[in-house]
Amino acid sequence: MGPDDLKQRIERGIPGATARVEGADAHFGAVVIAQAFEGKTRIEQHQMIYALFRDEMTSQEIHALSLKTCTPAEWERDKANGPGQAPHF
Amino acid sequence: MSQEILEMIKKEIDSNTIVLFTKGTADMPMCGFSARAIAVFKELGRPFKTVDILPDPRIRQILTSVSNWPTVPQVFVGGKFIGGSDIIVEMYQKGELKPLVEQAFNAKQAAPAR
Repeated sequence: MGPDDLKQRIERGIPGATARVEGADAHFGAVVIAQAFEGKTRIEQHQMIYALFRDEMTSQEIHALSLKTCTPAEWERDKANGPGQAPHF
Repeated sequence: MSQEILEMIKKEIDSNTIVLFTKGTADMPMCGFSARAIAVFKELGRPFKTVDILPDPRIRQILTSVSNWPTVPQVFVGGKFIGGSDIIVEMYQKGELKPLVEQAFNAKQAAPAR
């Protein structure tokens, strides 16, 4: 499983989501922007993504999946606050 | 027995204002993500407990079913699951973690014995 597979799974699994995924060898990091996160806690947002990879995380095919989630509005606001504030790994 | 492990997990969550379930210990974390979460709490300066999940694979299995969270570390403050290492670091960087921790300690002082 590579970063592109994770990106596809996230974007199919969460309608309207945009994902950027990096990593290899079972260790990945993803930034996910989705309107579907609106009104949800960070824990719930991360759980939505982990749920898409339940089998791979149980089997350890994915050992680590580091996440950064935000809504499109949060993304724009963070961008406006300068590059230092934009979501990053 | 797994029932005993579930009881142990619940007891640690209930009896410690801050508890981190980690790979390795606070002095010798065995995983970068656990090390990061531990470093954040050392920085905050309040006492916290770590529970090493490595000695028995059932600890992680049962913990995951309690929290509905697949990865380790897992951090509980004031009896409540607050996240894994990404969320902890993000909350710390945004200045959200310290007030949450202080609030948990204040609540404990207000209602000491149970």
